[in-house]
Amino acid sequence: MKFVQRRDYYAGALMVLTGAGAAVIASRYPLGTLTKMGSGFFPLVLGILLAVVGILIAATAPSGPDGAVTIRTDWRGWGCIIGGVIAFIVLSKYAGLVPATFACVFIAALGDRDNSWKEAALLAAGITIVGTAVFAYGLRVQIPMFGSL
Amino acid sequence: MLETSVAGLIHGFGIALMPQNLLWCFIGVLVGNMIGVLPGLGVLSAVSILLPLTFGMDPVPAVLMIAGIFYGAQYGGAICSILLNLPCHPPHAVTCLDGFPLTKQGKGGVALGITIMGALFGAGFGIMQMIVLAPYIARIAYSFGAAEITTLMLFGLLAGSTLAKGSPLKGVAMTILGLLLGLVGQDINSGSGFPRFTFGLLDLDDGIELVALSLGLFGIAEFLRSVNNTPAVNTAYTNIRMRDLRPSKADMKLAAMPILRGTLIGSLCSLVPGTGPTIASFVAYAAEKKVSKTPERFGQGAIEGVAAPEASTHSSVQGDFIPTMSLGIPGDAAMALLLGALIIHGITPGPKLIVEHPDIFWGLIASFWIGNIMLVVLNVPLIGIWVKMLMVPYRFLFPSALFFICIGVFAAKNTLFDVGTTLVFGVVGYVLLLLRFEPAPMLLGFILGPRLEDNFRRALTLAHGDIGTFVERPISAVFLGLCVALLAMQFWVRFKKPRLPAPDGVPSQALE
Repeated sequence: MKFVQRRDYYAGALMVLTGAGAAVIASRYPLGTLTKMGSGFFPLVLGILLAVVGILIAATAPSGPDGAVTIRTDWRGWGCIIGGVIAFIVLSKYAGLVPATFACVFIAALGDRDNSWKEAALLAAGITIVGTAVFAYGLRVQIPMFGSL
Repeated sequence: MLETSVAGLIHGFGIALMPQNLLWCFIGVLVGNMIGVLPGLGVLSAVSILLPLTFGMDPVPAVLMIAGIFYGAQYGGAICSILLNLPCHPPHAVTCLDGFPLTKQGKGGVALGITIMGALFGAGFGIMQMIVLAPYIARIAYSFGAAEITTLMLFGLLAGSTLAKGSPLKGVAMTILGLLLGLVGQDINSGSGFPRFTFGLLDLDDGIELVALSLGLFGIAEFLRSVNNTPAVNTAYTNIRMRDLRPSKADMKLAAMPILRGTLIGSLCSLVPGTGPTIASFVAYAAEKKVSKTPERFGQGAIEGVAAPEASTHSSVQGDFIPTMSLGIPGDAAMALLLGALIIHGITPGPKLIVEHPDIFWGLIASFWIGNIMLVVLNVPLIGIWVKMLMVPYRFLFPSALFFICIGVFAAKNTLFDVGTTLVFGVVGYVLLLLRFEPAPMLLGFILGPRLEDNFRRALTLAHGDIGTFVERPISAVFLGLCVALLAMQFWVRFKKPRLPAPDGVPSQALE
């Protein structure tokens, strides 16, 4: 658990950074004129607007418990979900749809503390069978069952 | 005008009743209903996962199916909120207030029965409204030039970002962020093909994949938030059979007027761009409590408190198709996704849609009728099966959904790059959720972004660079005036009293 005071300071700062970044990048694109707008004009305006809104968010940030946020640090849950997707990408490329599906579901399922190894493996096996039946045979997704892409 | 509508409708039934279209419409409502029932899966994820699979289909069955998922999910969501006290979809948050107390009193079946009646009535009214109004609105919109479309979009975006839940300022920030994301890739509008915000990645030249953005924000981000953090589900009251659905005469009498009032409120809300079913259901509940002679019964299991918001949600969902189809301005993120689907299928929503694609427009309307009747048929005799599905625990649901997300995104363009993009948006979306940003307006901005820029550019070119054109053209000035009025209203509400008259005891999840 992590307790953050003045949440909207961070929220506003994030928007200011994103907006300013977009505006700086867009200012290097051809801007054109009002009659013949270039590629950079619209994103430049949007970037500046976003930064202004970010300042307003930070300026009106509520204080006290209303403006605070509690972050539940759950490295196991987060790691397994992110890991599951990465496993899908890597294994689809180098090993094929069947191992990719199994690994994706298995790893993600382990993220939930109530799932045992056995349950995760059973679930992954079930989804692999259904998934390959639907996607490889039914819809002909362009990933080989086994082997690299 | 009305004769054309009737002729169009007959044509539409001819389209919708073709066996192939009928089948896809059925699959759509079935999947929608199923996803609606499953706790923890949203309608946005459902549509996004299935969207890539429609790319190879003809546009007509594809659109019928996607639309079916939307209104199907509304039916399913009601089951989940009444029997489990879990607002699986935001519009049903207020239904929990009286729906769950009714369930605890052993009247959950009756609440569901009334919901189905209210839903059918509300949806029927919404469809009628669409038949009558859409051609008129389209005819007015036909005369709109680039300037009018620009300001109308501006109004839609502003309404969508400030009227939704959460802080209006943050909603505006999310909309702008979405507009910026919509510009990523080669600039086709200016004809130069200049690559913007691609950071040298060739995979980004075609822009960010819609499905990747939406599944990242509404799929993976949601999993990151909910993993190991879902409340234990109370399934003690889920033993409902078909005969439990039949309401008594007294219940019917109590529910009749609220259904009518809810329907009218929903249809009015749907006409304002940017106000989706969520707002409609809140307003309907608040109004019902106000006109009731016994307001103290609300929250204790008043059948009116279920009937009105449910009828309102359904009439608003159908009514929302009016601005989406005839103006090209979606009412909420779900409609924005449908708009995106139309664009992917090469159909430009807007006033010309009814004339240029009568098959889609009238076919869709006819399929609404058919789909809603299918849903009643699905829900009444099969209620026992739906109720069983409530028991699927989240710990099995999210890993399976994660796989469907990965494969769905891959199938959109056959590239693993997009799966990576989805993951990035998932993490970004979770950070935004932690900072109390509501990601839905981002999708609205993303889809309208390129069209907004295109119309803005054309309006200025036509006016020889005179920015005053937006004020000088009367219709455009009216839309700008509405924008100002909307902002003024936001300020007034903000400094007067807290936002959204949240009824007491709304499950905290619903309002977050």
